[in-house]
Amino acid sequence: MDRVDARILNYLQEGISLSPRPFLDMARELGISEETVLARIEALRNQGLIRRLGGVFDSPRMGMKSTLCAMEVPEARIEEVAQKVNAYREVTHNYLRDDVYNMWFTVTASSQEDLERILQEIEADTGIAVVSMPVRRRFKIKVAFALDEQT
Amino acid sequence: MNRRDMVDRVVKELQGDLPAVSRPYLAVAERTGLSEQEVISVLDELREKGMLKRIGAVLRHQKAGYDANAMVVWKVPEEDMDRVGSLMAACPLVSHCYWRETPPGWPYNLFTMVHARSRRELQAAIRELSRRSGIDEYRVIESVRELKKTSVQYR
Repeated sequence: MDRVDARILNYLQEGISLSPRPFLDMARELGISEETVLARIEALRNQGLIRRLGGVFDSPRMGMKSTLCAMEVPEARIEEVAQKVNAYREVTHNYLRDDVYNMWFTVTASSQEDLERILQEIEADTGIAVVSMPVRRRFKIKVAFALDEQT
Repeated sequence: MNRRDMVDRVVKELQGDLPAVSRPYLAVAERTGLSEQEVISVLDELREKGMLKRIGAVLRHQKAGYDANAMVVWKVPEEDMDRVGSLMAACPLVSHCYWRETPPGWPYNLFTMVHARSRRELQAAIRELSRRSGIDEYRVIESVRELKKTSVQYR
């Protein structure tokens, strides 16, 4: 990754324009050609640096209900429980963590009823309590990583 | 096609990948049966309503050099939540900052995700957040293994 890539990634994280030629707008701002922008994006995708280039939606404003869940899973049952939890497409992230609660996952469903049903099903299916920690207030969600443009 | 169908189709398409071509919204139009102008107008509307934050890139942060990450949870008195939450949200290394309802026995009510380029930078950032906020009861909960990571499906 060179300086141009870093500038492209920083720009892409802020978002492209909603005009017919967004990559041309971007190219002009960065002082490079549109062809360069397109080729570099393709390369950054192939290198795996870009996970996804697309719509970044605000899930609460899209009407989705979500929560962060934690479970205390015995070491020997981690694979089995992970498989059951991950089977739901509403489970978007799941991490094994080093704490009393060792399995932490987020559930985002299209209604509160669906959300609660999923948590109940996981509890019934695994026999392990699911602790739900819904948001009281969002202070920030901005997953952007500043890349050094000097190197 | 009514507006609702148009919105559904555009959302469905845009939760996937946008092609890196000269006219990407025309490519979306061709896949959804809308015109390029309609696609852009739907996106404009969603953005105005705050439903669409942006059309942009989500990086694999480990590959971008940010491979030291932790969930840090803080015990913050409710009356102090405004100040502490805003202070932590202002830190560029903090990507998520949420006040959550927590169960009995779990006193840490402010959840942050902190990302850094090294463990040293991560630990320094956490100490700095603690020092500036005055919150010294916290836990650093590191991830041992990623079990799943996908995107929300809206439609």
